[in-house]
Amino acid sequence: MLEACGLTCSKRDRTLFEGLSLVINAGELLYLRGPNGAGKTSLLRILTGLSEPELGTVLYNGIDISKDKSGYYQALFYLGHKSGTNGSLSALDNLSFWLAQHKVSVDVNALYDVLEKVGLVGLEDVPVRYLSAGQQRRVALSRLWLKPAKVWILDEPFTALDVKGIHMLELSMKDHVAKGGLIVTTSHQPLSESAGKHRVFDLEYRF
Amino acid sequence: MSLYHGIFKRDMQIAFKQKAELVQPLMFLLMVVTLFPLGVSPSPDTLQRIGPGVIWIAAILSSLMAMERLFRDDFQDGSLEQYILSGMALPAVSAVKVAAHWLVSFVPLLLLSPLLAMFLNLTVDMYVALVLTLLLGTPLLSLIGAIAVGLTVGLQKGGVLLALLLIPVFIPLLIFATSAVDSAALQLPYHAQLAIIAAMLLLATALAPFAIAYSLKVSQN
Amino acid sequence: MWKWLHPYAKTERAYQLCLTLQPWFWAGALLCLSIGTVWGLAFAPQDYQQGDSFRIIYIHVPSAILSMGTYVAMAIAALVGMVWQWRTAYMSMIAMAPIGAVMTFIALFTGAAWGKPMWGAWWVWDARLTSELILLFLYMGVIALYGAFEDKQQAGKAAGVMALVGVVNIPIIHYSVEWWNTLHQGATISKFDNPSIAPEMLWPLLINLLGFAFFIGAVTTVRLRNEIVLREMHRPWVQTLAEQQLANSQQKRAASQKSMKEGN
Repeated sequence: MLEACGLTCSKRDRTLFEGLSLVINAGELLYLRGPNGAGKTSLLRILTGLSEPELGTVLYNGIDISKDKSGYYQALFYLGHKSGTNGSLSALDNLSFWLAQHKVSVDVNALYDVLEKVGLVGLEDVPVRYLSAGQQRRVALSRLWLKPAKVWILDEPFTALDVKGIHMLELSMKDHVAKGGLIVTTSHQPLSESAGKHRVFDLEYRF
Repeated sequence: MSLYHGIFKRDMQIAFKQKAELVQPLMFLLMVVTLFPLGVSPSPDTLQRIGPGVIWIAAILSSLMAMERLFRDDFQDGSLEQYILSGMALPAVSAVKVAAHWLVSFVPLLLLSPLLAMFLNLTVDMYVALVLTLLLGTPLLSLIGAIAVGLTVGLQKGGVLLALLLIPVFIPLLIFATSAVDSAALQLPYHAQLAIIAAMLLLATALAPFAIAYSLKVSQN
Repeated sequence: MWKWLHPYAKTERAYQLCLTLQPWFWAGALLCLSIGTVWGLAFAPQDYQQGDSFRIIYIHVPSAILSMGTYVAMAIAALVGMVWQWRTAYMSMIAMAPIGAVMTFIALFTGAAWGKPMWGAWWVWDARLTSELILLFLYMGVIALYGAFEDKQQAGKAAGVMALVGVVNIPIIHYSVEWWNTLHQGATISKFDNPSIAPEMLWPLLINLLGFAFFIGAVTTVRLRNEIVLREMHRPWVQTLAEQQLANSQQKRAASQKSMKEGN
């Protein structure tokens, strides 16, 4: 269970949200909606602990995430606007480094299975820089199936993906929620049927 | 431990795939040093007088150019976010990255130093002192520079600002390092200067990783 | 300490505190500066070597001392902001920065003006002048870094780190520059090396030092109030404050118009 208690955040001296409270239960998909500049990304980054709110706390299973960082990070997968892959390294190098970094041990076969799933077999040795935007996004997304994380926080996960990719991701989201996972996501196009049941949360643009 | 070793290996791997970025600051250093005989005087005595200062100033300027590489790519492609979210100790990660950066950007400078010493007519004693000051002083440049890089990495136009922030902070190092080489030229002992530089290096090694980690967190906000 | 200070972390309380302190600071500055300056310039005895030109110390020395003092105060504010996450601490740090930079500039300018009759040159690479110059660079770095960020909260934190790096460096810089100076210009006699200063010269100096401190305090409170209002423009308490002030000034105008009419 992820809980936000009385979050206040301001950027450039404009208050994005004030006293925002939110509970996301296990087995729930929260779809965060709002116009550009409403603070969706800021909220997600606060939920991951990357930025600190001006006021308020984020609790994971009742524990303040700033108190128990490593415990929370073990259970968290975050995909931001930036893919987190180095352009001069290959997909394989990037992924194996990321897995080591996040203390996930995956054998090579499983790694190749996931690469096949996202359609990158044959491209795994190419520096990521030379891949297309959609393929780069797929490299970043493939971590989703490698790290057994309970909490997925996905910021615009569908950007640059083709129809097949979007469908695949939505199915995984549905599957994850069915298994008792927890997802917070933003997206500019509405989620389709295949993403399953979800709760919508609207962030208003404030002046 | 192997985690940090992994970071080190990755940084080295990336550095050797971006060789041009490593070589350019060195070429800049060489060219700046070449300007002095042309602009001041080619007379061996004058060059010997100004030599240590010229090499150190050129080293500081070229290090400012190489410094930005330290966190720029990791910030822009989001690797830094993933470092933070991996739950690793950010000060330790920063220290490892600084060490890797020092190896790839300053060790080549040390290799280039005999050439610079010849260009500026330094004696053997002076050269030995120069190498010692570079060995102790350049890690200090990397450590302190990394704090400012951490602060400016999120800004689009960080380049000149980085120099503005760092040059005043590097002044003591410049003074002690050149004074050590000057002492060597006069056959005087220069342990004191080396000891002071070493003390500054130890202080920076103890404190800078935390400051770098804090700066990187500030840039994430 | 914590309980007493904590309310001032709130911007509104800090604003009120500035309002209360400000008149006292101005009064102190006016009083001390007029006494100290008149005493120093007109009544203190002449220096037996330098004649009247020594009297520039009544500006030079306080500004030099307080240029360092302001930097240290900035670093303390930055540390407080970092440890307790007070926004007002960063705001007061940045409110002080330009004032400290101006103090440094005054110290440099008066030092140069003093150097002309003493050394026959406007600028000599004297140890203290050089340290002051580097201090000016440090101030400019902090101000430039603060200006480079669009999000001023982030800017405050970043500038705070730089202020702390600078404050660790100030003693090292000072020491290194002295070292360098003795190596290269051992022959120059530092103008500050007077063994002792006569009490009738010292008193006005101390009074002026206090006056400068009050002055810096006064300008800081003005700048801090400005900063708070600018940053919190959208908060309700600033808006009610603005409305109150508007109503007050309208009332005053109405009253003065009324009295003018009655006078006619």
